[in-house]
Amino acid sequence: MTVSFKGKNASRRQFLVGAAAAGAGTVAAGAAAAAGDPLITEKQIWAQATGDGVDAVPYGMPIKYESDVVRRNVEWLTADTISSINFTPIHALDGTITPQGCAFERHHSGAIELTKDDYRLMINGLVDTPLVFTYDDLMRFPRESHVYFCECAANTGMEWAGSQLNGAQFTHGMIHNMEYIGVPLRTILNEAGIKPEATWVFVEGADASSNGRSIPMEKALDDVLVAFKANGEALRKEHGYPVRLVVPGWEGNMWVKWLRRIELTTQPVESREETSKYTDTMEDGSSRKHTWVMDAKSVVTSPSPQAPITHGKGPLVITGLAWSGRGAITQVDVTIDGGKNWQVARLAAAGQKMALTRFYLEIDWQGEEMYLQSRAHDETGYVQPTKTQLRDVRGLNSIYHNNCIQTWWVKSTGEAENVEIS
Amino acid sequence: MSKFLNTVIAAMLLATPVAAEKLGLGRAALPEEISAWDLDISPDGTGLPVGSGSVLDGEEIFSANCAMCHGEFAEGVDNWPKLAGGMDTLDHDDPLKTVGSYWPHLSTAFDYIRRSMPFGNAQSLTDDEVFAIVAYILYSNDLVDEDFELSNENFLEVEMPNADGFFVDNRDETEYGAFNDTCMTDCKDTVEITMRAAVLDVTPEEVGADQAPAQETAAASEAPAPVEQAGPAAASFDAAMAEDGEKVFKKCKACHQLGDGAVNKTGPVLNGIVGSAIGANADFKYSKTLSSMNADGMVWDDATLAEFLAAPKKFAKGTKMSFAGLKQDDDIKNVIEYLKSHQ
Repeated sequence: MTVSFKGKNASRRQFLVGAAAAGAGTVAAGAAAAAGDPLITEKQIWAQATGDGVDAVPYGMPIKYESDVVRRNVEWLTADTISSINFTPIHALDGTITPQGCAFERHHSGAIELTKDDYRLMINGLVDTPLVFTYDDLMRFPRESHVYFCECAANTGMEWAGSQLNGAQFTHGMIHNMEYIGVPLRTILNEAGIKPEATWVFVEGADASSNGRSIPMEKALDDVLVAFKANGEALRKEHGYPVRLVVPGWEGNMWVKWLRRIELTTQPVESREETSKYTDTMEDGSSRKHTWVMDAKSVVTSPSPQAPITHGKGPLVITGLAWSGRGAITQVDVTIDGGKNWQVARLAAAGQKMALTRFYLEIDWQGEEMYLQSRAHDETGYVQPTKTQLRDVRGLNSIYHNNCIQTWWVKSTGEAENVEIS
Repeated sequence: MSKFLNTVIAAMLLATPVAAEKLGLGRAALPEEISAWDLDISPDGTGLPVGSGSVLDGEEIFSANCAMCHGEFAEGVDNWPKLAGGMDTLDHDDPLKTVGSYWPHLSTAFDYIRRSMPFGNAQSLTDDEVFAIVAYILYSNDLVDEDFELSNENFLEVEMPNADGFFVDNRDETEYGAFNDTCMTDCKDTVEITMRAAVLDVTPEEVGADQAPAQETAAASEAPAPVEQAGPAAASFDAAMAEDGEKVFKKCKACHQLGDGAVNKTGPVLNGIVGSAIGANADFKYSKTLSSMNADGMVWDDATLAEFLAAPKKFAKGTKMSFAGLKQDDDIKNVIEYLKSHQ
């Protein structure tokens, strides 16, 4: 059988770095030949000539050498890019904050261009006074800022029936994590006056899809934000500029972009996106609805199929991300032998509620094959399940909310592949 | 009150910004504004407009507005959603979820079609047209007869096959207590690979840093520059009209691509269409009508395009372009100017 490997090839990298090519004329930084590393012993152009002046790029983009760290689409998933999704390059990022420019996009009728001047937000339904706000009005309410992850309910959804996509970007990249600045939804609802019989809040976007979702009042009054800034700057067009909803810990589809209307009701609208989509079909054909919360989950981002080990034996940094829609991550375990034995990973910082947590495990790798997995614990005592545990409850057809433990098979070459194990 | 006290009170307010105090921001929403935006419809019929539409009318309206993506019989084209079929497949491998087999409420179909469809021309249908389309989708799912007429009067009487197929999230009972495996050592004896992604081979190819797509492409195609030597059509090019036409073209974008890297989709690429022979894209399979126009040597110029865009099926009976046509003359002229900017 011929197996076509589509992950990044480690041996080419090793050749370039020189670790596996001592006689090829290149000199590795850590293993200088007798003559010394020419990058050090010879004068280099960047150390002699001048570089760009200020304002060469008024708004900076990543340097060209990082141009492979971009969102990617999986074409066969959808009929058209206008109603589609792409994936955050989590395999190449570190820390927890996702830069806006490479944070995944999900549109139902394309990313529209709506100015702040043309922006209106309406509150209607079961309120004392239906109101209309301009963007400037929103800027006069007291603000809050919080870091939250936004995960599409379909993240890892292609993996239910078996391992399919060879890369953390594609298996787990429908997620981003930003510092949002906005007005609590409860403040805005209070401004209109909530009638006692109101129990649901229907939120709707201004784009042609007019994506609408029903949120129970309890959540709406808890931590939902009407956000206009992310990571310090305006939201990007593709993330709902100028205003989007932030629904911490709950599936991304509810984070309505280009938010234009909030209606208080006594019942869920049962819109298309909360009945025909974003519902989870069980093995017997019945379906769960209102599955809003994103359960605890984690993934090793490196090494992984797009981020193979290229440095040979010795010190290896294993790293990844963990998160839970039900609170803070309290612990992440990592196994290199497919779950026979686990080690507690080091959290870069204590877990925050409904935000990404970065973990590290430093090991001495001696070129052995590894079945690499991570397992998240959250503050409720919940522990991330295996795919088998999930399948035992739900079968293979639930599409959404797949938070199973992911396995990367790391080979002795340093290459990694998405596999399922017993 | 002293300045000092004012400052203290201000500080207290700052510390508790979410007090129930109203700030007096915004203005009252007018009834006509609310009715313009508040279009959602609930399962009990709240929000449903007065009106009616028949299966037979729906067939025609569906063909003109929906079939290009969803198929003449709601069976779906390519990867676009299938709206009919799939009855009793929900407990099979790969269940087919359609309006008939899966959707629990008819209100959802009406609500979605009225608010969000047709793709690329949302909220362009009348309420009666929506009633007719919903009636036709029911018919396509064998849920009503061909002489059926759906109206606000009988709307709630329609029974959806999967109405009882849903239950509220019960993960707290079925999963949360059970998912607590904290074993750290000697948790299993053997580990074997049971499935590999590389065997399936469906991952997109990695694009290296040196081959990454140029980032200017998108920006460049947003502001297309008219090409001078584009033949007779270019002589009368009006940039301002073309700019307005770009907005109109949004209605066409679901099926037609323009600019660098454009490829044939449901409809052919339209680069250089003004001044070209009708039905001349060798890689696109045209209707017999457009092919015969090609054989007759007909050309897309201002006049033929205007006639076609006003009423596609009238100009070319049998054309595969399932678009009802542009109603405004200005829209037609402007979109033709926009097409000229991609010669």
